[in-house]
Amino acid sequence: MASAAATHEEHPVGLKRWLFTTNHKDIGTMYLVFSLLMFFVAGSFAMVIRAELFSPGMQIVQPYFFNELTTMHGLVMIFGAIMPGFVGFANWQLPMMIGAPDMALPRLNNWSFWILPFAFTLMLSSFFVPGGAPGTGWTMYAPLSIEAGMGMDMVIFSIHLLGISSVLGAINIIVTILNMRAPGMTLMKMPMFVWTWLITAFLLVAVMPVLAGTVTMVLMDRHFGTHFFDAAGGGDPVLYQHLFWFFGHPEVYIMILPAFGIISQIIPTFSRKPLFGYESMVYATASIAFLSFIVWGHHMFTVGMPAAAEMFFMYSTMLIAVPTGVKIFNWVATMWRGSLSFETPMLFAIGFLVMFTIGGLSGLMLAVVPADFQYHNTYFVVAHFHYVLFSGAAMAMMGGCYYWLPKWTGHMYNETLGKWHFWLTTIFFNLTFFPMHFLGLAGMPRRVPDYALQFTDLNRVASIGAFGLGLSQLLWVYVIYQTVKGGKKAASKVWEGAEGLEWTLTSPPPYHSFATAPTVK
Amino acid sequence: MSLSFKKKKPSRPLNVVWARFAAAMALLFGVGTASARVRWNFQTPVTPMAHQIFHLQDIMFGVCVVIFVLVFGVMFYSIFAHRKSKGHKPATFHQSTTIEIIWTAVPFLILVAVAVPATATLIRMENTSDSALTVRITGYQWKWHYTYPAQGIGFFSDLSTPVAQIENQEPKGRHYLLQVDHPLVLPVGEKIRFQITSKDVIHSWWVPSFGVKTDAIPGFINQTWTEIDVPGTYRGQCAELCGMGHAFMPIVVKAVSQKDFQKWVTAQKALMVASAAGSNKTWTEADLLSHGKTVFAANCAACHQITGQGVPGTFPPLSAGKKFSAAPAMLQQLRNRGFLTKDGRIVMGPVKNHLSIVLQGIPGTPMPSFAGQLNDADVAAVITYERNSFGNHTGDVIEPSQVAAVR
Repeated sequence: MASAAATHEEHPVGLKRWLFTTNHKDIGTMYLVFSLLMFFVAGSFAMVIRAELFSPGMQIVQPYFFNELTTMHGLVMIFGAIMPGFVGFANWQLPMMIGAPDMALPRLNNWSFWILPFAFTLMLSSFFVPGGAPGTGWTMYAPLSIEAGMGMDMVIFSIHLLGISSVLGAINIIVTILNMRAPGMTLMKMPMFVWTWLITAFLLVAVMPVLAGTVTMVLMDRHFGTHFFDAAGGGDPVLYQHLFWFFGHPEVYIMILPAFGIISQIIPTFSRKPLFGYESMVYATASIAFLSFIVWGHHMFTVGMPAAAEMFFMYSTMLIAVPTGVKIFNWVATMWRGSLSFETPMLFAIGFLVMFTIGGLSGLMLAVVPADFQYHNTYFVVAHFHYVLFSGAAMAMMGGCYYWLPKWTGHMYNETLGKWHFWLTTIFFNLTFFPMHFLGLAGMPRRVPDYALQFTDLNRVASIGAFGLGLSQLLWVYVIYQTVKGGKKAASKVWEGAEGLEWTLTSPPPYHSFATAPTVK
Repeated sequence: MSLSFKKKKPSRPLNVVWARFAAAMALLFGVGTASARVRWNFQTPVTPMAHQIFHLQDIMFGVCVVIFVLVFGVMFYSIFAHRKSKGHKPATFHQSTTIEIIWTAVPFLILVAVAVPATATLIRMENTSDSALTVRITGYQWKWHYTYPAQGIGFFSDLSTPVAQIENQEPKGRHYLLQVDHPLVLPVGEKIRFQITSKDVIHSWWVPSFGVKTDAIPGFINQTWTEIDVPGTYRGQCAELCGMGHAFMPIVVKAVSQKDFQKWVTAQKALMVASAAGSNKTWTEADLLSHGKTVFAANCAACHQITGQGVPGTFPPLSAGKKFSAAPAMLQQLRNRGFLTKDGRIVMGPVKNHLSIVLQGIPGTPMPSFAGQLNDADVAAVITYERNSFGNHTGDVIEPSQVAAVR
């Protein structure tokens, strides 16, 4: 084994290794580092937003630049931080979890990643062209996006690039999972993380082309004389919203299903007990994915849809609570009568469970159409989606990072600092976003650079929370850096209760793992 | 605007829960002293729909709190009792069809139960028939226009908060950003139908106390309705991102008795006659300049700025000699009209073209047509003002008759 393994470990060094690599671990690392970088770029926009909103009146930015920041915060967080982050986890974990030597399409994998830095260079440089970045919000509603400056065109092209990257990545994941599982690993034996990613990948393939088509229609309206969304030319501005949210709602689940997968790996490990209701978890995930295609109208209850359509979207949206509830109950039942310990990944998983549920319940309130008329486009919605996207998607990734980092690097992270990171994040997160529920109820619209005086106190609280939340993430970077550099050696099976093929490999795993497929009983 | 809890109807026990919960949050956030000014829930409802919405939210909030407490009560008990550090040995169960059917079915039934009142409210909300008064609402970047078709009244409603307050040069007034020059006046006690549309991008007309929020979409007329129970002044804001001035186009409604409403209608008609007369007379230069300054502040300053210096890359300055660069299409449009030199400097082009820019707008750019918004006197005044301010000294004086001639 020695000589064969030695040649397999060989790879180019320096820049070439990263440019030309087809190794799923290298590409996974690049995705994760890139996602972390984008997390800080988009986070810094949020810091400026919260600084401006610390007091009523315009203080540090102009209204138009404020809109550019809200737009780019959303776009970069969604397309730059969350989506590539989960693809990074998929790249590292999927082959190791199903006993495959690598992803099925390694060169495509390399290309999927390398599109991203160029796409974001294009997107972010829109700040510096005449007219600046689009100030339309990440939703880019027509006709506002039709009249925006040339920054809009740059964002449209970067979305095309990101769409190509996502679809290629998703195809790669589907092919890998369906074709490269180790002998004996039937579909219903796959770890939950693999299942959630399989379903997510189908969602990506289904809806990213819709987004690409929609922004292309905007591009056509802007430059080539079409009137898809221009009422004066016989077009329909509401059509844009239907198309956008037909992409947009499945997109929400693209950002949360892999998080469900990570949580489903972490909770059984630290409960020392198998996942409760594995099969119902799989069916619940698939149901959520299916329902995500028929609820898009709940983002646009105020556009003047007929009552029948509003009822349909209200009922279908409420239905999502059923499979989502099943998942929450299953996780709690997994913990029930387990033997629980509370290392950092488990803390993040429990934090996820509680705070994601708050976001889920406020989502249920939003589904009720008449009440939604009051919540729509207020800070209540901002609170809601940050509870599902930050304490949901982002905190699941933080948990997953602490969970698998010892496996990836071969070193244990600093548990004390990890726990500090969790508690600081949780406290400041709630300080930032919980008051936003009240701001929304009291009547503060979202996407405003300035507000009436009665909103001052809660905005101050939110801003202080946001600065704390932003600073706390530097601790995370430090812990990751420290772990990569060195630390206590991690065993193959890092966690006492961990189950799965990745824990049969050394920590760190060899550059090429599972060259011979393991057999799953 | 009322900002305290006491104003709410004491009949709903869940409101009390809300209030206590909110008070606890206030303590938690350490803003107890300031909380007298903080509102934690919906604004006081003054219409039947707003009351129903408030009630629906009470139900939903109650359901959510109960579910949350039950589920996480179980989880935290488990965290407390089933820990490894206490030597708890893990059980091995991982499936139970019975319990899984129960926790699929029970949430479903709860949802059906809340869907019933939600649907009833929705159906009532969508019924705009049998209204006594119709008001047309049109969104503009960044102001609202109100028309009473049956009464023949129409006017714009602009933010009246001074720029100095927004720029923190003056202390902010009580209704900072929630005050307008001409509020919408409505009678209490009768069903009012709103027909809502937009001239440019999508806006959303929202008055929280009425429970009304409906998008204003170009090319569509959305209908909704209200019936106000209590006279008073109610304030709302645009609720759909509509560009730079999105935060600065509030809605103010004065709800008055039906008798006062009739008086107001009569007064408005007289005002409109007087305003039309202004367009038929010859103005002095001083009058044009002073009226032009007002028109400019209300209609042009949002983009071109009160200083006339515009926003680099987006909105051209109005000072001759200033450099301006933007998307090539916009620059070409300005050059075609003689308002931009070859080396990219702004210049005051011919009066004829100035009139056409203000009246027709510049297609393909954010410059809208003001033909429907400004009367002849307004246009004459604002162009006179622009050509003799911001460092421009053309000496041109434009009379309303010149505007009428090219309309």
